[in-house]
Amino acid sequence: MSETLVSVQDMKVHFPIRRGVFFDRTVGHVYAVDGVDLEIKRGETYGLVGESGCGKSTLGRAMLRLNEPTAGKMIFDGQDFSALKGEDLRKMRRRIQMVFQDPLSSLDPRQSVESILIEGLRAHDLDKGKEETGKRLRELLSAVGLPSTALRKYPHEFSGGQRQRIGIARALALNPDLIVADEPVSALDVSVQAQVVNLLEELQEQFGLTYLVIAHDLAVVKHISDRVGVMYLGGLVEEATAEDLYAEPLHPYTRALLSAIPVPDPVVEDRRERILLAGDLPSPANPPSGCRFHTRCPWRQATRCDTERPVLRELKPGHKVACHYAEQIQSGEIQPHEVKPILVEEGDDITPDVPLVGPASVTEALNP
Amino acid sequence: MALLEVRDLTVVFQRRGEEPFRAVDGVSFDVEPGQTVGLVGESGCGKSVTSLAIMGLLPKRGAKVTGTVKYDGTDLLKLSDKEMRDRRGRDLGMVFQDPLSSLNPVVPIGLQVTEVLERHRGMPRKEAMIEAKDLLDKVGIPDPNRRLKEYPHQLSGGMRQRALIAIALACRPKLLIADEPTTALDVTIQAQILTLMKELVQDLGTALVMITHDLGVVAGLCDEVNVLYGGKVVEKAMRHKLFAEPRHPYTHGLLASIPRLDAAPGEKLTPIKGSVADNIPWAQGCAFAPRCPNALDVCVQVTPAEEDQLGRLLRCHNPVVPGTPAAEEVPV
Repeated sequence: MSETLVSVQDMKVHFPIRRGVFFDRTVGHVYAVDGVDLEIKRGETYGLVGESGCGKSTLGRAMLRLNEPTAGKMIFDGQDFSALKGEDLRKMRRRIQMVFQDPLSSLDPRQSVESILIEGLRAHDLDKGKEETGKRLRELLSAVGLPSTALRKYPHEFSGGQRQRIGIARALALNPDLIVADEPVSALDVSVQAQVVNLLEELQEQFGLTYLVIAHDLAVVKHISDRVGVMYLGGLVEEATAEDLYAEPLHPYTRALLSAIPVPDPVVEDRRERILLAGDLPSPANPPSGCRFHTRCPWRQATRCDTERPVLRELKPGHKVACHYAEQIQSGEIQPHEVKPILVEEGDDITPDVPLVGPASVTEALNP
Repeated sequence: MALLEVRDLTVVFQRRGEEPFRAVDGVSFDVEPGQTVGLVGESGCGKSVTSLAIMGLLPKRGAKVTGTVKYDGTDLLKLSDKEMRDRRGRDLGMVFQDPLSSLNPVVPIGLQVTEVLERHRGMPRKEAMIEAKDLLDKVGIPDPNRRLKEYPHQLSGGMRQRALIAIALACRPKLLIADEPTTALDVTIQAQILTLMKELVQDLGTALVMITHDLGVVAGLCDEVNVLYGGKVVEKAMRHKLFAEPRHPYTHGLLASIPRLDAAPGEKLTPIKGSVADNIPWAQGCAFAPRCPNALDVCVQVTPAEEDQLGRLLRCHNPVVPGTPAAEEVPV
């Protein structure tokens, strides 16, 4: 069980920001994912949480090479997935499947469920004759709890929860080892969310799947995951088992995140201590120096925090945190203080690598 | 006397060539001055349409609104358009879900705040600008002088929502209606906005109608909670009572299907079977019956009436007995 299936090493994804009409000049980068290391063991569920813009989806997509990573690699089952090319890559992709957030836009409205499910089988030469394939499709549908009459229907004929089941069946069709689920339940109504969460858990038991679940809802992630990684502005700030993370959050950001989530129980809500973070998430195009969280951190110290970027270190067995002062915060030696919100600019927040003023004309550009 | 008295509010959408659709079906509730009342439900339960009907924002054509909405004794539904315009923004404030689409993208924030002050309080522009600055300061927008001149796209989501709250509270309305004010925001920003709203409501003595799908938000904020399903209130109680002992199978099921942060490890979720679309019309019986684990034969024959049970209103033939675990999931 403890065999490592996925190992991500120093993954970076930087998106160039381009300006200019005639000349496509790169004026800066969005540091969406900026150096992430993580390991996923076979058969476990790894949950990745963070707020919008923290790079969790980009990381998931980069691992599947739906976005090419700028640097770093991913080792999948002993093979360097990031170095594969052409046919080898295509074949390997069978083993890593994805479930998307919005079940309506990730299913082709003009394809019947049968053709959606069969497409992947054909692409990987798993369509072995009408009878066998028909049997396989019915198996898949019953595994995700849909009737076999669904085969001839189209996505619009289903409800949101059922559509998500189709998306899961599609991922399951190719017998993958790893399923990356990007916000699998956030588009669903609360009463339906639980159905899909339970389904994912049952399928994992039945088929021995490994999951990477990406979500913003820490309660869902805590429920479904064995281990959880918390992301903030492109980097992992804390990683621990789901229980440890909730019982003993070590990073100030995780603490604030946990305290911000409303619990549907008035008794708990009335007693809870809230750690309110000041201000907004800084722009990933212009991340703060040093620890990326220092601009909003109530435990920020005068030294190191704004100059030195903390690395993820193991504080306790299986519990990693990226904070210079995690021990002192834990022991209560450092107490939280007031933080003034810092203005976060929307849109025009690029620090240019090259001057923004470009050539005034084509002639000027050609004859500088 | 209650500040807002909603009685038998019904909204029927009628489109040519289609069956009339009852989005809101006889909703009644009271809001006392300074009280916070929650309307909770999933998509399609009629919670947003209720708020639009109270504010008189539904289209005249196509939407038939009946019942009474008494604010301070006057029935808002009987007012003319002009009279309603005088009240909106002055007596009733509203905060919408998506702050970007409810702010005007081509008008600076400052003008959007002063607009309300000039219209309803007759303030000259200069004075209104000073007041607007104070308002932005009060809702926690840093550097308000600069923000007044900026456009909505230059503000972050949380700041936009704060600006919207400033506009809604500009005239010190006695009632504020907030329709999913934090749904579009991240959790840490949501916590900021909810704390802000809680403080403002307490400081100004404003009554608040909070519309949300998030039972967690309701648990921390509302005094009284109305649970809506299929356009009707199915359960209504004070929050401590409702969360401690949910009696309607829908409320009970909702609470059992939400993963809780403080749950014991390995605890299973108990979902409600089917989806929101599996309803039967209320006229035939209980709309929730097809999804209900407690359903009896009578549930699909007779519409359950609203019963008052010691400070709790309940619309159910076979309510959950307090203390029973959630029903096992029935395969769909």
